[in-house]
Amino acid sequence: MARQSPDRIFTSMTLPLSFVFFVLLGLSVYFYYHAKSGIVRKAALFSDRTKALPSHYGQQSFLWAFIPSFLILLVLTIGGPNYIDQIFYNKIQELNPTFNESFVSLILAKVINVSNGKISTGEENIIMLAKDYKIAFEQLHFYRGLVVILCAALLGMIISYRQKPGSNAREQVEKFIVNIFFASAVIAIFTTVAIILSLFFEALRFFNLYNFFDFIFGLHWAPNVAIRTDQVAAEGSFGMIPVLLGTLLISFIAMCVAIPIGLLSAIYLAEFATPKIRDFVKPTLEILAGIPTVVYGYFAALTAAPFFREIGFSLGLDVSSESAIAAGAVMGIMIIPFISSLSDDVIRAVPQSLRDGSMGLGATKAETIYIVILPAAIPGLVGAVLLAVSRAIGETMIVVMAAGLSANLTVNPLESVTTVTVQIVSLLTGDTEFDDIKTLSAFGLGLALFFFTLLLNIFALSISRRLAERYD
Amino acid sequence: MTSKFRTKKVEVSYGDKKAIRDISLDIEKNIITALIGPSGCGKSTFLRCLNRMNDVIENCSIKGSIHLDEQDIYGPDIDPVELRARVGMVFQKANPFPKSIFDNIAYGPRIHGLASNDSELKDIVHNSLEKAGLMDEVKDRLNDQATGLSGGQQQRICIARAIAVSPEVILMDEPCSALDPIATAKIEELMNELSESYTIIIVTHSMQQAARVSKKTAFFHLGDLIEYNDTDKIFTQPENQKTQDYITGRFG
Repeated sequence: MARQSPDRIFTSMTLPLSFVFFVLLGLSVYFYYHAKSGIVRKAALFSDRTKALPSHYGQQSFLWAFIPSFLILLVLTIGGPNYIDQIFYNKIQELNPTFNESFVSLILAKVINVSNGKISTGEENIIMLAKDYKIAFEQLHFYRGLVVILCAALLGMIISYRQKPGSNAREQVEKFIVNIFFASAVIAIFTTVAIILSLFFEALRFFNLYNFFDFIFGLHWAPNVAIRTDQVAAEGSFGMIPVLLGTLLISFIAMCVAIPIGLLSAIYLAEFATPKIRDFVKPTLEILAGIPTVVYGYFAALTAAPFFREIGFSLGLDVSSESAIAAGAVMGIMIIPFISSLSDDVIRAVPQSLRDGSMGLGATKAETIYIVILPAAIPGLVGAVLLAVSRAIGETMIVVMAAGLSANLTVNPLESVTTVTVQIVSLLTGDTEFDDIKTLSAFGLGLALFFFTLLLNIFALSISRRLAERYD
Repeated sequence: MTSKFRTKKVEVSYGDKKAIRDISLDIEKNIITALIGPSGCGKSTFLRCLNRMNDVIENCSIKGSIHLDEQDIYGPDIDPVELRARVGMVFQKANPFPKSIFDNIAYGPRIHGLASNDSELKDIVHNSLEKAGLMDEVKDRLNDQATGLSGGQQQRICIARAIAVSPEVILMDEPCSALDPIATAKIEELMNELSESYTIIIVTHSMQQAARVSKKTAFFHLGDLIEYNDTDKIFTQPENQKTQDYITGRFG
């Protein structure tokens, strides 16, 4: 059966997305210059001064031509295909009322694939639907292009026509820019909220299967459950304390390494180093921050761990070949540049007048640093350390390679431990099902980690607020 | 009159650039000496030589000699830290530390170990505030942040802080340039009182201020000392044409 729809004429004109976008951009730029020169002409005509700069009128026209049309383009590009799919889904269902949902979806997928030419089929009905589907897409693209370009042209024309030298274009442009700032802030917050919510609901599913209090107070972590029903395995146990303790232990070791070295090197850089030394040392330290954590992992597993083991042996201690101390120490080295570089900036930001005041009273450099500079820099220093701690808590690679996977309930840095992030990775990689208790426990851990870092942040903020010394 | 400072052919350069050259002048004890001159004439640089604050500036070199009570302050056996305890300094911008009022005043006595116990320290702080004429204004809030005070009060805190170390000399680098006339008047009054027991050297842009408070005035121009004499003389019958031009407002 030959189908000859009047819509076929449109298919001879394809308007791909990139083409539409560049036409839109071109139109908007055109209206920028059009309005900019237009307002000057208008002002000259009335021998009047424009209330805002000519470029403000240009910007106003650009925004009016570009933004609404761009939003339409966005909506049609994202929503259009879904809408067409929905129509065809309904169509298939109408044609075959007996089919169940998943079968209809299957046919729809087949139709889409045939229309794309990915597969071929002999079934007449599907070929016909596929043709219609293709036409629908061509129509969508055509109308999308038409609407967007017309809308841009129309709005651009209207706004350029309406602009008078007395109207204040600057106000509207600035308001728009402020709104963009606001939108950016809102996007960041919404994403965070969305992440928390998704984490929260997945974790809720886990707590339906496993007792909440057993999870947060449990002293035993053994997430091995039978994957197949015929498999023999011990009942899994999900007490997070050993894992959390591992995170704390390794982060603590890392902090013990990084805070003193980082802070002292920052003080040296900011207060004592000559510009020449500083120009060399600071970038070098920052290179440390650029090393991928996997490389640190090698270093921890192949160099640091045997090193600590040897030292332990010579002291008569039994050091596990995968030890918390090796992972923690290397992690500490990894975060030194964060602390030193940020702290250096913070210390240098303390006004020179405070240094002069202290020196003028006969204080030595050391007294000036300890009594005046460091207290004034405390909020920033806490911020630097906090950033480093979050890095340490979130770090996975070094721990996987150097501290092992076994969840020992210990604070002995010579034994092997595991951390929250490592467990999450090992729970979620490989063949897993997403409604399995083992997999879901990862979300429980994730939520616990989130609350833990949140508490840490609040705690650190309150400390820095209490110690803060305001200068102006 | 005895001299507190005696400088001979002092020359300061920052890198290749000479900031002041050939400055020789004697500064008398327990009076106020004013250093005036247009911006960039080297008066602040000279002031900062007197307690070796220029030491902390890189590639700054000093020639000539400066004697404090017949002792060469650039001599090998002089510790600049000790020198600065004897020659205090108050800066252009009030720079109280971001600490409580008490801690600000107690800073100097603490680092120099001037008080052997808490009550002595308290006495020093109270005396200094008293001398700086601030006691009545701040006695109820010694534990408040010093940075919360008004500009004039902050500057007087800085003066009190300098006094607390019991220096012999107080250097003031345009101490009133950021203050309103009322706060300025208070500080000038304070300087008058202090000049009975301290040698004060003040750098100022305000010729009226120099005329009001100082007994001797030195006029600097482009790194040279043009004229140094009693303040009355400088402002009524200057010997040098440049001084004449400057004080009558013909340039500067």
